[in-house]
Amino acid sequence: MEQSWKQAKAVFAGALGPPLFWLVLFFLVPLAIVWAYSFGQNDGLTDIAITGTWANYARAIEPLYLKIFIKSVWVAAITTGLCLVIGFPVALAITFASEKTKTWLLLLIMLPFWTNLLIRTYALIAVLRTEGYVNMGLEWLWNGMGGLAPLLGLAPIGEFQPLELLHNNFAVILGLIYVHLPFMVLPLYSALDRLDKSLLEASLDLGAGHMRTLFKVVVPLALPGIASGVLITFIPALGAYLTPDLLGGPDSQMIANVIERQFKRANDWPFGAAMSFLLMYLTFIAIALQAVLSRKKPEAK
Amino acid sequence: MGTLTQRGLNRRSLLAATGAAAVGLTFTACGQKPAAPTGAEEAKLNFYNWDTYIGDTTLADFKTATGVDVNMSLFATNDELFAKLKAGNPGFDVIVPSNEFVTRMGQAGLLEVLDHSKIPNLKNVDQAFMNPEYDPGRKYSMPYTWLVLGIGYRKSKVKGVPDSWKYLFDSNQYAGKIALLSESADLIRLSAKYKGHSVNNIPPEMVAEIEAMLIKQKPFIKAFHDDNGQDMLASGEVDLVLEYNGDIAQLMKEDADVDFVIPKEGSLINSDTLCIPKGAPRPDNAHKFINYLLDAQAGAAISKTILYPTPNAAAKALMPEDYKNNPVIFPPPEVMAKCEYGAFEGAEKASQYEEVMTRVRAA
Repeated sequence: MEQSWKQAKAVFAGALGPPLFWLVLFFLVPLAIVWAYSFGQNDGLTDIAITGTWANYARAIEPLYLKIFIKSVWVAAITTGLCLVIGFPVALAITFASEKTKTWLLLLIMLPFWTNLLIRTYALIAVLRTEGYVNMGLEWLWNGMGGLAPLLGLAPIGEFQPLELLHNNFAVILGLIYVHLPFMVLPLYSALDRLDKSLLEASLDLGAGHMRTLFKVVVPLALPGIASGVLITFIPALGAYLTPDLLGGPDSQMIANVIERQFKRANDWPFGAAMSFLLMYLTFIAIALQAVLSRKKPEAK
Repeated sequence: MGTLTQRGLNRRSLLAATGAAAVGLTFTACGQKPAAPTGAEEAKLNFYNWDTYIGDTTLADFKTATGVDVNMSLFATNDELFAKLKAGNPGFDVIVPSNEFVTRMGQAGLLEVLDHSKIPNLKNVDQAFMNPEYDPGRKYSMPYTWLVLGIGYRKSKVKGVPDSWKYLFDSNQYAGKIALLSESADLIRLSAKYKGHSVNNIPPEMVAEIEAMLIKQKPFIKAFHDDNGQDMLASGEVDLVLEYNGDIAQLMKEDADVDFVIPKEGSLINSDTLCIPKGAPRPDNAHKFINYLLDAQAGAAISKTILYPTPNAAAKALMPEDYKNNPVIFPPPEVMAKCEYGAFEGAEKASQYEEVMTRVRAA
């Protein structure tokens, strides 16, 4: 027999109590302290005086930092967009795979999580650097072609110039896509998997092409999945810190790198706290947008 | 000799990159309260050190000698160390801050005054290190190692010896083949050195000039590295790199095409030191441990593993020739005469230098 929670208040409170206590003690309280810091200023070397000043926020929206915020949003947006473009066909393919293959494909998607992010990023360095695997492979091909050229009566093709793949913005976005792709594929898959396949058959039977079916039926039905995929890719990408630090070049800093330096080298916790909270407000806006999107009843047109 | 050729990782590379992740390495004994005030201290010690910055058997040898169990945990940057102690000592007995942070932590009241009578091995320390500006009279700190910044370079790719900061900070001769250490204060101080100024008390108008110079230089810089410059040099990613002498000395053991030079304008010296933080639960053991690390035999064993220059004259005397007479590990005195310690100039300065480099990176 189903019971409303109102009839079992004690059970409800007992179940909710410990996690709520945990959340308050280890999440809300520290967060509130950081929030308070953002209205403070350094007092000597070790203390922070909470003075209620807005100076940290004023400094955080100076053009210098605003530009870095915008750049970070831009990088995160490109990453999310590309993840969507790459992840959607993958999720679709998994949906239509046989039950047995499906399990294996999902396992493959989740496999990278078994390795630490730092190790995976270092692995990417080994792949991308000047004497990395990509350039070594290309050089091998190039020299092979160079060996063939005289045989075919062509001019020698000259020496191999390695591609600049590491320490630039390209490497940062590649690294972010690599890391965040599973975050996109999994919600997309769960949305697409629930989709009623008979709607697709109806659309195809009634004369719509595959592309038309995809964009007029599948995409609108999967919209909540797309929205949550976009959100959980965009938010961590926006706060990315390790990837720009290790793969980026001299101009690849993102806002999280600046925040990290405030807490460490600059020893300016109040300013770092203010920037963290601005980042969090951006995240809240993104979540609110997603909520608005998913409230709209998805319907096939 | 076997130990000299083995590739020691540098003390900061991997941990520095993980940043906050390093917190995860902190051991569980943190936060232990001091043992009962009566009687002797329990046979334990919490040591907070850099990564790969101790001899292979040093801690076990110390236990054999004294019965004290050393629990070592690791930090990656001085800032991390400072941040951890700023809110109160979580239970560390011995820490290893660098020179500038000795001043800073001393001023912030985070360090215990050392009792020299409990450290007889003090006599082993080279007199040149006994009265540094950052800690007059060695009130708070004992010298553990020292390091100097310079240019590590690949001989076959560089014309002659790049013996000026010009090649790193103010020239497009090696465009795209340069990596600089991502330490704002170090970069600004060395740029000032290049412009003929001391590394300390840099006037604001010179800081502005340096900012403009570095912005102009940025397109020619491949990357800012987290003290893993020797790896970038080893993999051929760059040909010139701003690095510490010890790191390049390690690389030179296995790559004969690499060399190291301290530019003619002079450079920055750093020194890592042994200190006892305020509120250390076991100060007696801490003094014993510091004394043990300054022992000639123990010091030599540490130097054999980590290959950084030692300020311990007695330990140095026990080291093989290729360490003692290595001009990279121990640059000649006339070169060292032009090098300076970076002084702690107030918390404002650090924040200000950080903003300068943020502007350079954003430009």
